[in-house]
Amino acid sequence: MPRVLARVDAATLEARALQLARRSIEGGAKRAAIDLAIACLDLTTLEGKDTPATVRALCARAMAPAPGAPSVAAVCLYPSLVGVAREALAGSGVRVASVATAFPSGLSPLEGRLREVREAVAAGAEEIDMVIDRGAFLTGRYDLVRDEIAAVKEACGGATLKVILEAGELGSYRAIRFACDVALDGGADFLKTATGKIGVSSTPAIALLMCEAIRERARTSGVRVGLKLAGGIRTAAAALGYLALVHETLGPDWLRPARLRFGASSLLDDLLRERATVEAGGYSNAACVASA
Amino acid sequence: MSALEPVDFAYAPALESPAALPLRERYGLFVGGEWVAPADGTTLATTNPATEETLALIAHADEADVDRAVRAARRGFEKYWRKMRQSERAKYVYRIARALTERSREFALAETLETGKPIRQTRDFDVPSAGAHFFYHAGWADKLTWATNGGERARPLGVCGAIVSWNFPLLSAAWKLAPALACGNTVVLKPAESTSLSALLLADVCAEADLPPGVVNVVTGDARTGAALVEHGDVDGVSFSGSVETGKAIRRATAGTAKRLSLQLGGKSAFVVYDDAPFDQAIESVVAAAFSSGGQPAGTGCRLFVQENVLEEVVARLRARLGSLRHGDPLDKNTDVGAVRSRAQRERIAEFVRAGVEEGATLVQAAWTPPERGFWFPASMLADVQPSHGAAREEIAGPVLSVLSFRTPGEAIERVNDAPYGLAAAVWTSSGALALHTAERLRAGVVWCNAFARFDPSAPFGGFKESGFGRDGGAPGLASYLHA
Repeated sequence: MPRVLARVDAATLEARALQLARRSIEGGAKRAAIDLAIACLDLTTLEGKDTPATVRALCARAMAPAPGAPSVAAVCLYPSLVGVAREALAGSGVRVASVATAFPSGLSPLEGRLREVREAVAAGAEEIDMVIDRGAFLTGRYDLVRDEIAAVKEACGGATLKVILEAGELGSYRAIRFACDVALDGGADFLKTATGKIGVSSTPAIALLMCEAIRERARTSGVRVGLKLAGGIRTAAAALGYLALVHETLGPDWLRPARLRFGASSLLDDLLRERATVEAGGYSNAACVASA
Repeated sequence: MSALEPVDFAYAPALESPAALPLRERYGLFVGGEWVAPADGTTLATTNPATEETLALIAHADEADVDRAVRAARRGFEKYWRKMRQSERAKYVYRIARALTERSREFALAETLETGKPIRQTRDFDVPSAGAHFFYHAGWADKLTWATNGGERARPLGVCGAIVSWNFPLLSAAWKLAPALACGNTVVLKPAESTSLSALLLADVCAEADLPPGVVNVVTGDARTGAALVEHGDVDGVSFSGSVETGKAIRRATAGTAKRLSLQLGGKSAFVVYDDAPFDQAIESVVAAAFSSGGQPAGTGCRLFVQENVLEEVVARLRARLGSLRHGDPLDKNTDVGAVRSRAQRERIAEFVRAGVEEGATLVQAAWTPPERGFWFPASMLADVQPSHGAAREEIAGPVLSVLSFRTPGEAIERVNDAPYGLAAAVWTSSGALALHTAERLRAGVVWCNAFARFDPSAPFGGFKESGFGRDGGAPGLASYLHA
């Protein structure tokens, strides 16, 4: 029997999300926020043309993005490149994250997906970014989605599990909110917005909705799950808007790499540009209003 | 990793610069297209409630000044405005809309400096809504035959007195000026004595728009100025936004005269939250209305009715949400809760809360230490309020929310309607049928479903019962300014 979906009001959700994403982060707060965003970054490369050499270059950047800047949280790549990254990042504190489970569609037999996870972990992945089976979700097979997440969680062993909902494919806010609960029931360590492979990925409203799901779970069960925002976040202004949104919805305990990640490939460039500008005092008094 | 520990993410002050609003040291009266000194030279100081500093000196108009303004308005009516082609009048109203919009930053500052409401609120709601009213009504100016049912030739009243309130000075002025002008009336505008700056800026805008002399006049002053305007024999219509008490006095003063009257009085808005509501959004909406609006048209003194089976949960969530509200400098773009209008208003709010607690309500207050100077009141929730308590019935313009419960839709409707006011209400439920069932039984001028304080100039706003009569906005709003 299909379960009742969650209740969400779109207009108020979007208005509140926009309000939070437009907080003015200026001066010293902006400087601290940029470094926080860098420290929470999953520097990502998910291209068919990735090679060991490009991955090593990415890892070098991840460990030392700029003089004085913190290292990023993790490098995120395809399973076959995990070993290369593991070696390049050894001893740096930067973690290796791997997408798995037939990313980005998730549409292959479960046994193959689980094997992919186990192999990635064996090769040194400390974090696994899995995708849910949206087809199963959209046809109401919520238990199947939850059980598959639980199976992947088991295959992860000690690795952190991030569950990608691909919110843009779920069709409505109430479906996204319900998918959050399904993923939380399955044992997700992080909820993640999107693969970055489709048009609609992260929006402030989707991020707020997921924050609310996480907040609710923390309130009722005490379990504090992380949030990873991925796909389409390219500017420092957008990232800072999301920081404000997470800060005011989930609280300061979520403002650290153990609870918050940005999944992005080009965001780091803009964060470093803004960082240099703030260091030089260029915009020190100007507002940095997120345009996400 | 350097950031394993939670980061203290205190936002640095992000202040809107008051320098963007060049204030004069003293303001005169705007009469017949010119700035004139008051007859007896009396002035009042207008102050910033967040700092208690004097912003400017404004003129106090006495009876002679009001008479001068009404005569100027009459001349403006007979000589220019009445005779002008409707399509020409429309152009002037458009010009006001554009000039106002171009100077939005100044208007937002004026509103925030005088009322203490957060700059985000004035910038994102008050000023754009005021601009929208002028744009909307400009379109009506040459289509007035469609404004009345009969389709007859609609004629202006003549000279209108517009007296507006202190909690949303610019918007309530726009609510009255825009339709009055579009319908072909000339206006004498009297802002509240503590919040006159935006009306004076509006006078500047009218001058900038080359409005013929006398079409818009602004007289500042206290209650005596307002009374002189209401009682003036050559005023054809009075529209008022403000307190119930003053509204009643105006009704008495205009009884037996031919003066057209429209009253936009107090309210005690009601939120009905059913057990199937989207709670997170309902709570954000309640919080925005009760605490962050700084006395928005519909947001004064909110009552929240929660279905009893989810009362505990909703109150727990509200309690948590109170803790993340950002109190502080109204000029800071990140401030959610600003200052309250005056020392007297703060005392009134404190007394209201004290009386509520005495009657048995549980007070939950945001933990926040206000600055030493200025007038402040932290966001407060009175839980366990009973329908008979003052906290459930009396109007209070301040960041105070009264929480009550109900068991059935019938009881919710009964309890909401059991109030002397009936301005605005909101129904939160996932059931469209229940929303409609409830909405059509609530005695309130406006009922929002899963929303609150969504305003549009085409949607009439106004009250039932002691909240007044007459509508602002939409075709029904034009009726207050036309002989049809």
